Amino acid sequence: MSAAADLRPRARSAGPLRRDLALIAEMIPSGARVLDVGCGDGALLEHLVHDRGVDGRGIELSQAGVNACVARGLSVIQGDADTDLKDYPSDAFDVAVLSQTLQATRAPRKVLGELVRIGRRTIVSFPNFGHWRVRWRLLHDGRMPTTPSLPAEWYDTPNIHLCTILDFEDLTAELGITIERALVLDSRGTARGLNSMRLANWFGEQCIALLRRG
Amino acid sequence: MSAPQQRPQTLVHSASLPGHRVEFGRDRPLVLDSGAELGPFTIAYQTYGTLDAERANAVLVCHALTGDQFVAETHPVTAKPGWWETMVGPGKPIDTERFFVICVNVLGACMGTTGPRDPNPATGRPYGLAFPVITVADMVRAQKLLIDHLGIEKLFCVLGGSMGGMQVLQWASAYPERVFAAVPIATGARHSAQNIAFHEVGRQAIMADPDWCHGDYLAQGRNPRRGLAVARMAAHITYLSESALHQKFGRNLQDRTRVTYGFEADFQVESYLRYQGSSFVERFDANSYLYLTRAMDYFDLAAEHGGVLANAFRATPVRFCLVSFTSDWLFPTSESRAIVHSLNAVAANVSFVEIESDKGHDAFLLEEPEFAQTLSGFLAGSAAHRGLK
Repeated sequence: MSAAADLRPRARSAGPLRRDLALIAEMIPSGARVLDVGCGDGALLEHLVHDRGVDGRGIELSQAGVNACVARGLSVIQGDADTDLKDYPSDAFDVAVLSQTLQATRAPRKVLGELVRIGRRTIVSFPNFGHWRVRWRLLHDGRMPTTPSLPAEWYDTPNIHLCTILDFEDLTAELGITIERALVLDSRGTARGLNSMRLANWFGEQCIALLRRG
Repeated sequence: MSAPQQRPQTLVHSASLPGHRVEFGRDRPLVLDSGAELGPFTIAYQTYGTLDAERANAVLVCHALTGDQFVAETHPVTAKPGWWETMVGPGKPIDTERFFVICVNVLGACMGTTGPRDPNPATGRPYGLAFPVITVADMVRAQKLLIDHLGIEKLFCVLGGSMGGMQVLQWASAYPERVFAAVPIATGARHSAQNIAFHEVGRQAIMADPDWCHGDYLAQGRNPRRGLAVARMAAHITYLSESALHQKFGRNLQDRTRVTYGFEADFQVESYLRYQGSSFVERFDANSYLYLTRAMDYFDLAAEHGGVLANAFRATPVRFCLVSFTSDWLFPTSESRAIVHSLNAVAANVSFVEIESDKGHDAFLLEEPEFAQTLSGFLAGSAAHRGLK
C-alpha cells in the first residue's frame, strides 16, 4: 500500500457507460439538477457531472459505494430510498433517477410517489419480469427465473418486488403518473420505443421510463 | 490548605509563540451571545501556503477543544508534530502547495488568542472568571473579523472536527455567502446530554482542586494541575473506544509482573491516562478548559432557528461533506446523519461518509486512508466547481 497514492482522489472510472445508463443520460438535459437514487459506484453521476454539466447528487445504500463516489469528487450520501426521500422538498430536482433499484425497495409504490414529488421529471429503469425468458424458465423448467439482467438465485437476490412492464404501467396509472417516454432494451442491448406495451412486455429485458406526476 | 511546593504557572507566555496575531475590538468591542462585550482582544493564528492573487484558495481549519493553531508544524510548547499533519501539508489532502491554510486559536483558548488567563484591561489582573462566557458563534464571529481583515471575501473551504466541526456548521449557517465548501467532521449540531455530562465531570474536577482558587489561581501563583489532569483523563477516555483501549492495553500491567494491592498505576491503561493528564497541564489553562467546554455545551444550532435544524441552512449555496467514524461514541454517526437529513430538507449539496474505524472519536486526528481519500476527493471536486487552479 503506497501512502502517497492513498491520499489522492480516486481517478475517474474508465470504460464506456453501461448501455442502460447511457440511455438514461440521454434523457437528461445538460445543466439539470439531478438526484440519482441508488447511484452505486457513481458511474452515471460522474458522466452527468463531468460531461454534461449536471448539478448531480446521489444516494447510495452501500457505504463502500458512497465512499468511492465521494473520493471521486461526487456529492453522495449514504441513505435508503425507502426512508430518506421524504426529507427532500417537492420539486427539489429537475430529474430524479432510480436505476435498477425500484425492485429492491421495500415499498416501491411509496418510493415512486416520493420520486415524482421531489423531481419535476423522474426516470425509472427496472428489469422486466414479463420477458419471455423469465416466463419460459418458470413455465417450462418450473424454477425461479435467472436471466442476464436477473442473475441472482432466489435465495440471495436483493430483488424483492419484481414487476412486469404492464404491472409498472398499472402502478403509474394508479398514482396519477404520466409516462412521457419509455424504452425497452432487448437481450442484445438494442433500444426500442414502446409502440405496443404487450409486445414490449414479451421482448424487453429492461424498461426505462420517463415520468411526471399528473 | 496551602501548597507552597506547588509549581507556579508554567505555561509558555503566549507573546513568545510563533505565528501571527492581530488586535480587534479596541474601538468597537465584540458583542457576545451573552450580551457581554469583549475588547480589545487578540486573535492568534497560523498560516501555511500562499494566498493566490484572487484570494480564492483560502482554507480555514477550525481546531477542537484542546487543539490550537499549530496544525502542521512542530508544536512550539510540546515539540510534538502538529495536530493535523496527517491531513495538512505539501501533497497532503489539504495541500499547502495549493491552498492557503489558516488556523485560528479560538476565543477563550490559551495559545495567544485572548482568554481567561490574559490581563483584564479593566483591572490589569488576569481575567479569570471575569472573562465573559463565550459560545461557538462568538468564536466564529471573531474568526470572521480576521477573515475580513485578511481581505478574503469567500473561504474556499472551512473544515474541522469535534468542536472544530461545530465552528464549521456555525460558519456555514451564519455566513453562507462567505463559505464555498464546508466539512464538519465527527461532530453534531448540538452537544448531547451525555457529552454535557462528561464535560461537567471535567469542570467539577478542576473546581474541586483547592489550587483553582475560584478561578483566581494565576494571581495567587498557583495552578489547579491535579483537577485539570483528572478532567483530561476523563475526557480522554471519551475520545477512544472500548476496543481501541482493549487492543492497546488489555489488562497489561505497567513495569511489574503482579498487582501491588495498592493504588499505584498497576495497569498500563492507568499509567497512560496519568501521563495524558500530566502532560496536558503543561500546555493548557484550566480556566480555558472551563470556558471552551461550556461553549460546546451551549452549542445547539437548531434551537437558534426555531427548533428546526433545516432552517439553519435554508437556500444554502454551500457544498457540504460530513464525515463520521463507526466507533465514535462521543459524536456518533446518528449526529451527522441528523445534519444530513436537515441539509436534504433544503436540497443542499451534501456528501456524507461514515468511515469504518475502531479508533473512536480521535480517528479524525489519526492516519485513516479512507478518510484522507474522501477529503482529497471532496476538495478536488469542490476546487473544480470553484474554478481553482
